[in-house]
Amino acid sequence: MESEQAIEISEVRNMLEIKQLTVAVEDKEILHDVNMAIKKGETHALFGPNGSGKTTLLMAIMGFPRYQVTRGNIIFKGEDITKLPLDERARLGIGMSFQRPPVVRGVKTRDIVAACLKGRGNEEIIGQLAEKANLADFLNREINYRFSGGEIKRSEMMQLLAQKPELSLLDEPESGVDLTNIALMGELINKLLEKDCPIRTRKCTGLIITHTGHILNYVNARTGYVMFDGRIACEGDPHEILATIKEKGYRECARCTK
Amino acid sequence: MHKVKSSKTHRDRAKAALTKAAAFGEDIDLSSYVSSAEEQPYQDDPSGLPAKAKEQMLGVGVILDDVSQRSGTFIQTDNTPVHSSIRQEGIEVMSTRQALEKYDWLSDYWWNAVPVDTDKYTANVELSQHNGYFIRALPGYKTIYPVQACLYLKRARLAQNVHNIIIAEEDSELHIITGCTTASSEEAGLHLGVSEFYIKRGAKITFTMIHSWNPEVAVRPRSAAIVEENGLLLSNYVIMKPVRSLQMYPSARCVGENAVVRYNSILVAAPRSSLDVGSRAILDAKGAKTEIISRAITTGGNIIARGYIEGNAPEVKGHLECRGLILQREGMIHAVPELKGNLAGVDLSHEAAVGKIAEEEIEYLMARGLTRTEATATIVRGFLRVDIEGLPPMLRAELQRAVVASEKEIM
Ligand SMILES: Nc1ncnc2c1ncn2[C@@H]1O[C@H](COP(=O)(O)OP(=O)(O)OP(=O)(O)O)[C@@H](O)[C@H]1O
Ligand SMILES: [Mg+2]
Repeated sequence: MESEQAIEISEVRNMLEIKQLTVAVEDKEILHDVNMAIKKGETHALFGPNGSGKTTLLMAIMGFPRYQVTRGNIIFKGEDITKLPLDERARLGIGMSFQRPPVVRGVKTRDIVAACLKGRGNEEIIGQLAEKANLADFLNREINYRFSGGEIKRSEMMQLLAQKPELSLLDEPESGVDLTNIALMGELINKLLEKDCPIRTRKCTGLIITHTGHILNYVNARTGYVMFDGRIACEGDPHEILATIKEKGYRECARCTK
Repeated sequence: MHKVKSSKTHRDRAKAALTKAAAFGEDIDLSSYVSSAEEQPYQDDPSGLPAKAKEQMLGVGVILDDVSQRSGTFIQTDNTPVHSSIRQEGIEVMSTRQALEKYDWLSDYWWNAVPVDTDKYTANVELSQHNGYFIRALPGYKTIYPVQACLYLKRARLAQNVHNIIIAEEDSELHIITGCTTASSEEAGLHLGVSEFYIKRGAKITFTMIHSWNPEVAVRPRSAAIVEENGLLLSNYVIMKPVRSLQMYPSARCVGENAVVRYNSILVAAPRSSLDVGSRAILDAKGAKTEIISRAITTGGNIIARGYIEGNAPEVKGHLECRGLILQREGMIHAVPELKGNLAGVDLSHEAAVGKIAEEEIEYLMARGLTRTEATATIVRGFLRVDIEGLPPMLRAELQRAVVASEKEIM
């Protein structure tokens, strides 16, 4: 009974809720008892040292089969999606930009953007999206094949803009991106997350992994988390957290009990 | 009787090679096939051919109801040339028998690129000749539309022996689409096709061959090309329907400076199909270039995908790319890329990859909302889409159509 009530509440306010989530990869437990709630229209930031489990969390939310949920629940728009296959989650409205997406030989960037658009696309729309992401010359190239680091990031964002997910999971969208392009990335993310829309009517919600926090100079985030050894060690104002990490390092930050 | 000057020696050499096994492929017992078939009526208007035959020919890119997009047409059913015509000045299309009667000089080309005693199949073609096509572009003439040729196997258990000669004279341009298919979807048959290509200085040939056989047919094409200075041969081969046994290893020799050869092959092996297909380029002159690309998919059959590039002159460049996808649990792909450099200054490379579609790639597309089946289809389609440089847009579209038409069988 109690859990049903919780679901009702989450339906009203939370786009994503993660409850006591434990995730294993190849029988090795990586995430332990992770809890998180992101309200509709909000953007949250996820910090944490290399190997702490940030990508693992995003992959588990997206539903990649290698990432086994051994305990806990993932609730999206009030619906428990813990057992839902990857592609159904995507069609429900979850999208992800990858830290290191694979090259798919023979498949052109255009084909993927068209697939993301589903029935909604045409040549003109695809062209405009590419223009926006400064990738006009890339549409006929094989996806991710010999793309530079920054090109991969922009291409991931272009695909998400085509897909229009309600929940965007962005894995290090700014790493390896130069100073000019980071402003462009900020612009693309703001568009993706409907930042020009007032929060009350905004649907698009985001969870962004960042090491440097640079992207937060362009994209407003409401809450920050620190992942440490597969646990959420800290939750609070993202700028404060970032300042603490910079000053004292992750280990100190994880020790703090705020 | 044709007037090939050295026909005596050809016949002698052929007789001596009648039992010579081929270098590759299952040995086909020629005695289990018949060599004669009833004469077929000649058709002045190719649209007069039976509807079923026309439909099958259409499946391999040969359009007979409206030939306005073709600069010439040649159709041979079993052993009989049933139609040949041209629609453009500077192009010649006829049966090889007619050509041998018309041109004394043709003997210089006869068994020149392909040795008559290569193996028992070439020997058999010489000793039991059933025509074939002669296609030639006169010096300086450039075709806009392709010439189309169809070799149609109708009689059950027939061994169809054809000898084709293709000549692009200096500075000419010739586009050819050739389709080979069979009337029956189950009767055994054997197709032995010798093709000799001569690309003169500055000439260009694009040759697109589509095969559609049945699970009982054996096929042994034997083809070779000689490419002179600044000449270009662009050869594309597509087989996506079942066949019992196919073995071929076309070869091109670049004898003139800066000659270029490109081979593209798209191979699909259904269960019980056996394909042994390679492409070979011998770079004998300075600055010659080649690119050999093959894409092999098995849905249960066996494929050996070979490639061979030999560099014998300075500043030659060659690249071999062979990729294979195993879509089912059964099926085998064996990639055999070979490079041989005989002096410093050659630049030869290859890449080969064989396996199933990477799960990571399928999941990447699924994360964009595609189902597993849609994701797989997208990747297979991309895999089969070889961007063929230099192919006229119309032929590119037709090649693409042939690939798409067969997609559902693969999936
Ligand atoms: N397939 C796997 N097999 C074994 N261990 C894995 C696998 N995938 C991830 N891990 C491990 O899980 C831990 C968390 O990895 P994850 O990629 O989530 O870290 P991250 O926080 O995103 O790090 P980074 O900042 O370097 O991107 C790491 O120790 C990693 O080696
Ligand atoms: Mg990571």
